[in-house]
Amino acid sequence: MPQPLHYLKETPSQTAGPYVHIGLAPGAAGFEIFENELGRDIAGPDAPGERIRVEGLVTDGTGAPVKDVLLEAWQADASGIYPHAEDPRHADCAPGFRGWGRVITDFDTGLWAFDTVKPGAVPGRNGTTQAPHISLWIVARGINIGLNTRLYFEDEDNGADPVLGLVEQAHRRDTLIARKTAPGHYRFDICLQGDAETVFFDI
Amino acid sequence: MKPAEYYMRDRNWQPPALTPNYKTSVARSPRLAMISLENTVSEITGPRFGHEDLGPLDHDLIRNYATTGDPVGERIIVHGRVLDENARPVPGTLVEVWQANAGGRYRHKKDTYLAPIDPNFGGCGRTLTDAEGYYFFRTVKPGAYPWRNWVNNWRPAHIHISVFGAGFTQRLITQMYFEGDPLIAHCPIVQSIVDPGAVDQLIAPLDLNAGIPLDSLAYKFDIILRGRRSTLFENRLEGN
Repeated sequence: MPQPLHYLKETPSQTAGPYVHIGLAPGAAGFEIFENELGRDIAGPDAPGERIRVEGLVTDGTGAPVKDVLLEAWQADASGIYPHAEDPRHADCAPGFRGWGRVITDFDTGLWAFDTVKPGAVPGRNGTTQAPHISLWIVARGINIGLNTRLYFEDEDNGADPVLGLVEQAHRRDTLIARKTAPGHYRFDICLQGDAETVFFDI
Repeated sequence: MKPAEYYMRDRNWQPPALTPNYKTSVARSPRLAMISLENTVSEITGPRFGHEDLGPLDHDLIRNYATTGDPVGERIIVHGRVLDENARPVPGTLVEVWQANAGGRYRHKKDTYLAPIDPNFGGCGRTLTDAEGYYFFRTVKPGAYPWRNWVNNWRPAHIHISVFGAGFTQRLITQMYFEGDPLIAHCPIVQSIVDPGAVDQLIAPLDLNAGIPLDSLAYKFDIILRGRRSTLFENRLEGN
């Protein structure tokens, strides 16, 4: 027997279940308990940049909307700076910019939406530049481990993005591009399974 | 600057997306392979929270929704540490929990189980780990809960736990079970995890030492998040 490595093992994931709102969005579950429900304001009122609204549906393998999903968004500010100590430029991040938000789908329609500012481009690996994007994390009943994807914008130059470039089939890259529906409005549908399946990442 | 990357997830340890005995996973699991992404600044950064985000009773589920008295049920403390795979504490990270009441009923407008709501129990809480990665909650032990999967499926007593870590790539939601619960072996959600050792990692042992005599029992639940890779050109390889 070789020597043991002694790393701990990551705690296994479990589904967030149908009542995820109780813990993470109790107002939607039907009761008010916390003075400050977290995740409602990604950018804050003072961050510069283009104010945008993104909305969409999550659909399952039968094409039906998933009405009990919870999404979290993580993004840089309009200058491409994350409010986190490991972004070397974090001291210059927009004031009041949190970068993180949490939204749930409407129980009747399945639509979700969040308001934010459009992120700037951020550095990639090895001197590359990543096109503006928002990282998304999706949990729900029936999803055993949170799904990671990215939202890009159709009105940005995505041609040189190193992550999109990893997607071998060109038509699958389109599943990561939010469509502009009106000034400042984008549509981003997520398909969990099937012909139009969204690209998910093992990050 | 070369960012210190996180260890890859062990996808044999984690539950796969498609686990047909948990029926809802069938239509909600991707059929195509995930694309593996080496960490960039987008993945190694993540949201930070502070005490100003929380209320003073947010970690105390016995008090944080009580109006006419204490909730009914077995009074317990759930405590432990958030560590990474290198056994290093994860300080100042947000831990959120939610659960059913002592009878297995959730305070949620979509829950129609016939067991009654407890007027003094909300069922959610949150806290920040301290400098050593330690956290605790006070609550009542949740009851088992029936659900429409197989004809007669019951969830073991469980507490849902959400934890952030330092980077978005560490984000995790899981469920904590209780030592000795015979329903654990029968649950298709628990059994979505293939490795029995991984299932054991979700079962909190009774911790008499952490309980309070004549007041509360305690269960201990450590949470392990992904570790970080060695960064080259440092005097000592990080994590080694």
